Amino acid sequence: MRRDTITLTNVPKRTLIHLYKLMLRIRRFEEKIVNVYCDQDMKTPVHLYIGQEAVAAGVCANLCKEDYVFSTHRSHGHYLAKGGDMKRLMAELYGRKTGCSRGKGGSMHVVDPEAGVCGSTAIVGGNIPLSVGAALSSVMQKRKQVSISFFGDGAVDEGAFHESLNFAALKGLPVVFVCENNFYATHSHQSKRQPHDHIYKLAKHYVMPGFRVDGNDVLRVFGVARQAVSRARRGNGPTLMECRTYRWKGHVGPECDIKLGYRMQEELNSWMKRCPIKRFEKRLVNEGVMKKTTIDKITREIDLQIHDAYLFGKGSPHPDENELLEDVWNLN
Amino acid sequence: MPWTKLQADAIDHEDYLPRHDGDRRLTYREAIREAQYQALEIDPRVFILGEGVDDPGGVFGTTLDLHKKYGRERIIDLPLAENGFTGIAIGAAIAGMRPILVHMRMDFLLLSMDQIVNHASKWRYMFGGRQKVPVTIRAIIGRGWGSAAQHSQSLHGLFMHVPGLKLVMPSSAYDVKGLLLSSIADEDPVMFVEHRWLFDQGDHVPEEMYTIPMGKGRVVRKGTDVTVLAISHMVPEALKASKALEEKHRISCEIIDPRTLKPLDEKIIINSVRKTGRLVISDCGWNTGGVSGVLASLIAEKAFSHLKAPIRRVCLPDTPTPAAPALEDAFYPSARDIINAARLVMRS
Repeated sequence: MRRDTITLTNVPKRTLIHLYKLMLRIRRFEEKIVNVYCDQDMKTPVHLYIGQEAVAAGVCANLCKEDYVFSTHRSHGHYLAKGGDMKRLMAELYGRKTGCSRGKGGSMHVVDPEAGVCGSTAIVGGNIPLSVGAALSSVMQKRKQVSISFFGDGAVDEGAFHESLNFAALKGLPVVFVCENNFYATHSHQSKRQPHDHIYKLAKHYVMPGFRVDGNDVLRVFGVARQAVSRARRGNGPTLMECRTYRWKGHVGPECDIKLGYRMQEELNSWMKRCPIKRFEKRLVNEGVMKKTTIDKITREIDLQIHDAYLFGKGSPHPDENELLEDVWNLN
Repeated sequence: MPWTKLQADAIDHEDYLPRHDGDRRLTYREAIREAQYQALEIDPRVFILGEGVDDPGGVFGTTLDLHKKYGRERIIDLPLAENGFTGIAIGAAIAGMRPILVHMRMDFLLLSMDQIVNHASKWRYMFGGRQKVPVTIRAIIGRGWGSAAQHSQSLHGLFMHVPGLKLVMPSSAYDVKGLLLSSIADEDPVMFVEHRWLFDQGDHVPEEMYTIPMGKGRVVRKGTDVTVLAISHMVPEALKASKALEEKHRISCEIIDPRTLKPLDEKIIINSVRKTGRLVISDCGWNTGGVSGVLASLIAEKAFSHLKAPIRRVCLPDTPTPAAPALEDAFYPSARDIINAARLVMRS
């Protein structure tokens, strides 16, 4: 598979703006969580996506509503980028009955079946075989749906990752495996867990294309994902993408965790300088795709949506006690 | 959806007690195969996957030659990757298919505990009922011929512990067909546990498709003195025991087969204990921390005042399965142990 060169000039303007909005929505949503978390009403462990937005945005901008996304404990970005309902996500974080999982899931278990968000798991690597199964279903039902699993570098340690790639390649299934390599599994650096630093090359052993992508460059992610998705949709099988990126906040919670000492301030600074949103914004403005005033307008619109979602979530009723036993199974 | 109608027309199985009448006899293994054959026929979303499902043995004959009729796209042999392929089956179910996943040995299923316990069982609840996982997981228990510790285990107790899973353990050819069809039609993940020593047992099995409701037990034999609550392969052992108890000791046994452990037909068990006042529980799993303890506590909590004697259990002793025939004989419970237990509860 040849890499297309994606530039600002050969991508439609509306797509560029769409990519920008997708990233900014995630960033502002996560920042809202940071702002309200200390109120202690959002009682759920949040794994924030700040810093990694270009991956979810770049991949999901290539997907149709019917395509499947299987996510992880760090779920908000994937959910929003795939088109999941923001109000219901916020309500879920507040544990309200209007939540996307009716208050049964919390931050790590979000779903929006109508948007193709099939669910997210807090077991590292657990979603990868699920995405392969959905791809198998797509083939068996003669549909053209493509299935995506997002996972971190930690999931590559897991057997489920290897078992899934093996089967997907064996059957030529329409899956795109998107590894968001942020270099840390909780606090353990990749170099402490893996004897190499080239996850994308594992694809070769499973006879599928593998790409390393700058995960902080939304256009690059978009371009490689476009080919991987189209390859899958044409029936030519799976692709592995390793998107190198970085999370700015701690593994869990709204705070910066530099004080823990497992990573250095300089490392964080160097990645923050390469903020996926600021970088893209600068290019868009410099090359005349968007004006600074348009960006301000977009930001205001997004903040309004987030405020609405916040009011909706916070203002929604808690689940009733008798809902505890509902949805365990269907006994009819 | 073909299953809705089938379930609505479920045959009242009580008509078939104690043995099912009719002259169309199939073995347990043939009944499993027929259920799958018919399910594949009526619903294109049904497919079978497992290690060796298309091989010349056909998983002890239960999937024999199905691939010749339905093709290897629907009868899928798998790499040896139990956790991965269980997740793949679950993913397919989430996306609208009705997979039947086959584990030739229940022991191998332990490698897929993450996908069964963390994913399949929780995918409905964790998402507030907005997702479902209609997967049937067939798991076969072995016994004897030196199968030893890793080719014989009855691990159903592990799954009874986990909310969100249904647990089915049929003991007759009639039940295995009806319950397998119910499981495939079911909206939830079903652990479908089959015992190899039942595979050659014959029974009347109607040719047409029929389902048996989940959570409905069966009175296998009516009696008055002692209730024997038997699971899976212990049902035929209990029947053998009941004959000897009747003839030699004048003890009348009522045998109850719950058929599905989750959901559980509590009523049929409680009603029987109310009548007899005595209970022997016989399970093919281990004694400690297992199904028999759950069933005993049910009676202790809900029918204690009807008991005339302490409950006795006939299960596996707390050791791994040995290989030598002499040790196997000592390890596995049989009709003889049920007879002894029944006589003991009659004495107290």
